[in-house]
Amino acid sequence: MAEYSAFSLLKNALTGNKDWKPAWRKPDPKASYDVIVIGGGGHGLSTAYYLAKEHGITNVAVLEKGWLGSGNVGRNTTAVRSNYLLPQNTRFYEHSMKLWENLSHDLNYNVMFSQRGCLNLAHTPAQLDDYARRGNAMRHLGVDAELMNVDQIKRLVPALDVSGSARFPVLGGLMQPRAGTARHDAVAWGYARGADRRGVDIIENCEVTGFLRDGGRITGVSTTRGEIRAKKVALAVAGSTGQVMQLAGISHMPIESHVLQAFVSESLKPVVDTVLTFGMGHFYISQSDKGGLVYGGDLDGYNSYAQRGSLPIVDEVMSEMLALFPGLARVRMLRSWGGLCDMTMDGSPIITAGPLPGMYLNCGWCYGGFKATPASGWCFAYTIAKDEPHEFNAPFTLDRFYRGLIIDDKGQGANPRLH
Amino acid sequence: MLITCPYCGPRDVIEFTYQGDGNRERPQPASQNLDAWNAYVYDRLNPAGDHNEIWQHSGGCRAHLRVVRNTVTHEILSTAFARGGHKTEGRS
Repeated sequence: MAEYSAFSLLKNALTGNKDWKPAWRKPDPKASYDVIVIGGGGHGLSTAYYLAKEHGITNVAVLEKGWLGSGNVGRNTTAVRSNYLLPQNTRFYEHSMKLWENLSHDLNYNVMFSQRGCLNLAHTPAQLDDYARRGNAMRHLGVDAELMNVDQIKRLVPALDVSGSARFPVLGGLMQPRAGTARHDAVAWGYARGADRRGVDIIENCEVTGFLRDGGRITGVSTTRGEIRAKKVALAVAGSTGQVMQLAGISHMPIESHVLQAFVSESLKPVVDTVLTFGMGHFYISQSDKGGLVYGGDLDGYNSYAQRGSLPIVDEVMSEMLALFPGLARVRMLRSWGGLCDMTMDGSPIITAGPLPGMYLNCGWCYGGFKATPASGWCFAYTIAKDEPHEFNAPFTLDRFYRGLIIDDKGQGANPRLH
Repeated sequence: MLITCPYCGPRDVIEFTYQGDGNRERPQPASQNLDAWNAYVYDRLNPAGDHNEIWQHSGGCRAHLRVVRNTVTHEILSTAFARGGHKTEGRS
């Protein structure tokens, strides 16, 4: 019987809800493991889960410097989509989408995945042509995409200003119907519980302070809770990648850490029942099940480890929201916060063995890491278990930058703040 | 965040355009050293702490500036012309 089911709810209700087990244990670290995953965010936890589930490697520790889910997995705007142009990205993110579609059943944990669609608005004829091209590229690889006209968009999102007098009139849009949102905390908790039940040790408040070496090979880590040895050490530390790699003696990476802000409004009745993006700036919005509008925009635009943003971006994001929804002008913003984004030079991630013997690297998620959580862990676990990449992550190497094999979906060049 | 431009004085960050890591060294245009070009285009120091970086006062005098800024606190420690010359010490 599944641990969480209608039957177990009823049984525990009758016994006063005293018999629920904690979702994961709080073990002390052992002296050694087969695999150490550094980083207890979404990607680290899903890596541990798939190592245990798909490859039978259960002697695994996940080391988290704070508490579980305190980083980007609890800070993002929860959109899930696979609407990319380049085939390397499309194949990878579509694999992720397929894992999302069965994730609640797989984890026996409701991640509240809601396929409410993602609509990119176009405001110029050239942009609409570009979206048609991207939609065709997606359909060519078996991903759903539909071009929508203004009448269809007006019916879908009545609150949107689609009039000709809007500052940037809407001319159409590209819809991916299978895209949507998920409950971000539940993703972390579900993967943590799934990994824990298969024997993985999740060790919180355990910061890595250095690497243990045998010659050139990484053989473990020193932490605030002592030395831990491992045959394989895997990094999934997102915005802290540069810092952790410096502990391993690698000073330069094709990555800059930037801050991205996100915002939630007070709760409203349903007003936007899809994920909507603005085409004349950088703005995206959806509505949570509690009713709050969840939205965000561009990076602040300079290197930062502060996990907080500055006011110019707040001002810009609000302007963009009002350009689309003038009727929301008096809605109050409830909360805003910032997260660290590991921006690569081409806007695509890195999932690879190396760069040092015994080390495995998962990073460079820019601000698109949440939707990748299942496939990132799935591909990283495959790479760690088999010492070779799966075909889905084979293009996402670290040395692609130096071999002319960049995967630049937006065509922005090596300027991380623009990806 | 205020950046003290050596020409214009303290100005809001929205007047400036970020141009990234100022530690990178551009090879001579005729250089065929691929490693040096790769390092210039793709490699970043990305420290958590004091960061030597280039900004342009694009909404003002358009001068390129070398700024030392702390990436954890966002405190600006010094500002100077990127090509050298006048330097403003002290936080802003």
